[in-house]
Amino acid sequence: MRQTFIDTTTQLLADDPRTALVLADISAEPFEPARRRHPDRVLNVGIREQLMTGVAGGLALTGMRPYVHTYAPFLIDRAYEQVKLDLGHQDVGAVLVSIGGSYDAAAEGYTHQSPGDVALLDTLDGWTVHVPGHRDEVPALLRAAARHDDRVYVRLGVQENARAHPDSDRLTVIRSGGPLVVAVGPMLDPVLEATRGLDVTVAYTHTPRPLDAEGLRAMTEHAVVMVEPYLAGTSAAAVSAALAGLPHRALHLGVGRAEVRRYGTWRDHARQHGLDAAGLRASISAFL
Amino acid sequence: MTVTATHTDRLRPLLRRLTGDEKHAPSAHSTLDVIWVLYDRVLRITPETVDDPGRDRFLLSKGHGPAAYYAVLAAKGFIPESALDDLGGWDSPLGHHPDRVRIPGVEIGTGSLGHGLGLAVGTALGLRAQGFTTARTFVLVGDAELDEGSNHEAIAYAGATRLPLTAIVIDNQSSTHGWPGGIAARFVGWDVTFADGHDHDELEFALTRPHAGPNLVIATVEKKGS
Repeated sequence: MRQTFIDTTTQLLADDPRTALVLADISAEPFEPARRRHPDRVLNVGIREQLMTGVAGGLALTGMRPYVHTYAPFLIDRAYEQVKLDLGHQDVGAVLVSIGGSYDAAAEGYTHQSPGDVALLDTLDGWTVHVPGHRDEVPALLRAAARHDDRVYVRLGVQENARAHPDSDRLTVIRSGGPLVVAVGPMLDPVLEATRGLDVTVAYTHTPRPLDAEGLRAMTEHAVVMVEPYLAGTSAAAVSAALAGLPHRALHLGVGRAEVRRYGTWRDHARQHGLDAAGLRASISAFL
Repeated sequence: MTVTATHTDRLRPLLRRLTGDEKHAPSAHSTLDVIWVLYDRVLRITPETVDDPGRDRFLLSKGHGPAAYYAVLAAKGFIPESALDDLGGWDSPLGHHPDRVRIPGVEIGTGSLGHGLGLAVGTALGLRAQGFTTARTFVLVGDAELDEGSNHEAIAYAGATRLPLTAIVIDNQSSTHGWPGGIAARFVGWDVTFADGHDHDELEFALTRPHAGPNLVIATVEKKGS
């Protein structure tokens, strides 16, 4: 997914003179050819994430469309006030593109992980959040973001589904049946495996914000399970608002709050958080 | 000192409308003369050109105590003088910290310290990338505001990349622990000019001096509270 982002953004910089890219050393090397071609629009500020977001705000104030990229914990957690004030409060937008959300950087430890990025953005107004589940979903999301000035977050992961569903900005039914299980981004394949043989409807989206409230309301019959690759319960408020007035039960699965002080791979952490197929099957079966 | 009676006479009643303070002279406002000189002699911006993409930019990073800013904006016709009467009120566009969305001509909304320099660096980069070669970027910060670490990310980057923009530090010695070695020593790679923060000719000279890279003007005024 990261390579797809690099290729697509490099092309965008060539196609659209309004596009700018702001980096804080991370991924600077693969963007070096683009920087040489567009030295005024590919800006590496060094290891300075507060400045990175401030620069994005300034670029947007002059009418440019900044893409901003680094690890999620530095992009969102560290520079949260810059995201809040240098973008939102200035009434400007940017396209924030992260890697290293949740436990993708498993062996790096908790300093390089951000399970709370989407929850943090949920405290702010006007953010569209894309969590692609496959690299082929990425280019269209990035290109669409170049055509307006709104605030967009694209969360790129190392975990991918076998198949791409590029048009799933709203809930897309992947498998029809009984109670609704919503899989966000890379959670689709583990959910499909976990629910094999269970009478459930599985719906997919790569765009949890804004949440497809209309679709959720139409598909929910008494029970809904949300499976998200970031902090568990991040969408609880949005789901509750979408289903207001409808009697329903809800289960929210995702990354736990407690820090897992172990390294390993994302697969180890998925298992630890109950987000592998076996863990999901146990949670979903118990709930249903 | 070349403080003229003209601006004092004009701004005093405006400041009084904002603060209700009869006693203090305008010089009590540490930023007043700098902001006046910017709008009266330096900036290529008028109420008619607040949306011109090639205009000069003035970013007030130090959003605290914006009375002087509001008074100058009113004196120059960006906002009606009547807006000064209800500072911080429900129906007023003017808050204790300025909001760019509410006030024509205000480039950034500030209040939380340490945001203006980063936004100014981005603004200067954006103007350059779009070929607005005559548009200049100015940002005003306070000496105590420099305590915030975010400033130093912007200062170091602008110095290292020789980015053309002008930062003005109003030095009224309000930083709790001060700046041993001087403020200028923190701006490595910047051209530095010291000016009397009330002397309009000195300020004009410092603010309009041609420069290829980042330009720092340290405008010294009375110690806060003195």
